[in-house]
Amino acid sequence: MRSALAAAALLTALTLSCAPAFADEAAIHLRDGTARDLTAARCAICHSVDYIQGNAPVLDRAGWQKEIQKMRDRFGAPITDAEAQQILDYLAGSYAGKP
Amino acid sequence: MPSRRDLLLATAGGVLLGGAARRALAADAGSDTDELGTLPGKKPLIRHTWRPPNYETPLADLVPAFTANESFFVRYHLAVIPQIDVDTWRLKVGGSGAQKPLVLTLRDLKHDFKRVTLAAINQCSGNRRGLFTPRVPGVQWGNGAMGNAEWSGVRLRDVLARAGLAANAVEVVFNGADLPLLPATPDFLKSIPLERALDENTLIAFEMNGHALPQWNGAPARLVVPGWTGTYWVKHLTEIRVDTVPFDGFWVRGAYRIPTGAFPGVRFKTQETPETTPITEILVNSLITSHVSGAQVKHGAKAELAGKAWDGGAGIAAVEISTDGRQSWQAAQLGRDLGRFAWREFRYRLDTSKPGALVVAVRARSRDGATQPEKLTVNPGGYHNNIVQTVTLGIV
Repeated sequence: MRSALAAAALLTALTLSCAPAFADEAAIHLRDGTARDLTAARCAICHSVDYIQGNAPVLDRAGWQKEIQKMRDRFGAPITDAEAQQILDYLAGSYAGKP
Repeated sequence: MPSRRDLLLATAGGVLLGGAARRALAADAGSDTDELGTLPGKKPLIRHTWRPPNYETPLADLVPAFTANESFFVRYHLAVIPQIDVDTWRLKVGGSGAQKPLVLTLRDLKHDFKRVTLAAINQCSGNRRGLFTPRVPGVQWGNGAMGNAEWSGVRLRDVLARAGLAANAVEVVFNGADLPLLPATPDFLKSIPLERALDENTLIAFEMNGHALPQWNGAPARLVVPGWTGTYWVKHLTEIRVDTVPFDGFWVRGAYRIPTGAFPGVRFKTQETPETTPITEILVNSLITSHVSGAQVKHGAKAELAGKAWDGGAGIAAVEISTDGRQSWQAAQLGRDLGRFAWREFRYRLDTSKPGALVVAVRARSRDGATQPEKLTVNPGGYHNNIVQTVTLGIV
């Protein structure tokens, strides 16, 4: 697993080199909540966070847990166990069954 | 080759439309966050995700016989999408099952092989996933992750013949120029069985509807596998590999799979397990394009239902309409046959003599006898949603 530091560095690099895409994506607003920024930072390494909004009506807490695990195991998302727990709490609290 | 930075810059998304034009018919499309967005070179499409870009064709743009390039749906798994310079682009053809590996330029493709043009549906495996009950995670596509186009290119089998196909070849693997952002993310490679690769209709296409392939639909060349779902139509082709063992890659072994035996369609036997098997052919289906649920039709006025019907290549034999709760079915009139891999237009004169709700159901039947089912076969990927569609109209 990549370290959180490396992930942060990567995200910074992407933010700089991908400015136009990120500027457009900035129109996407995620609901307030603990770990919102962490969630946005980790998910947005690979994809825009409208993936969260799009799947909100479909996923409950167990569903979000599976998605987070899939992102880590199959797609190599650099998310630690502790971060995964925070992200799950945020998604289950703010985006479970809510578009 | 483009630099990493060029690749990253090329992923820039579209422009947000003023007022975030929400679709009036979000409920019909089954999507909850539908907004229109415009990728460079495209007209406004239903944006499901910014990055990687996933954009759906609005219903109105599915009315013409051929879906315009500028309104054709866009589907990517990976966010690094290069803008390829056609002069430096090369297509490598090799692998353990190719005795004479070769490297082709676009000019080679166009000049050294016979040009072939055919009409075919390109339909995402997950088209209508957003209409599943119970719902399934993934891009919540409505009806528009599909389109019909005329594809021009060369036969894959002609290219493979020149690469000296070995007798023990089993699958052909395709890689495109799109890349994941993280090295740990599986690159998008797909394989098809050798027999499908050698089918005369499987093309390396460089034109779509008479124009060079649009960037978002796979420029400068993509695979076209008529009758098979869009996942196999690898975009931005860079490498074709003939393999003598079944391909062991995530996007075939771990994704785009359906429960074994749950659906009709040709089997991809070298990739099948007792539990799951790759999705292959498009199932018989239809779409009403003239009306959506809730539309009002004037009492006593002439009104015609219209839409499209298609399947995985047998061709459409009939489209039937029911307006009495599916107790009786009447034949719709079929339009011009554009080829067995294309869709077929249908028309049906509605009876508007009685005011009130008119529930219209449509089902297509293919020439191999397959018809649309009444009930959804639930599957984890949300694939193959081809159940009979109904719309409820108001005769007022």
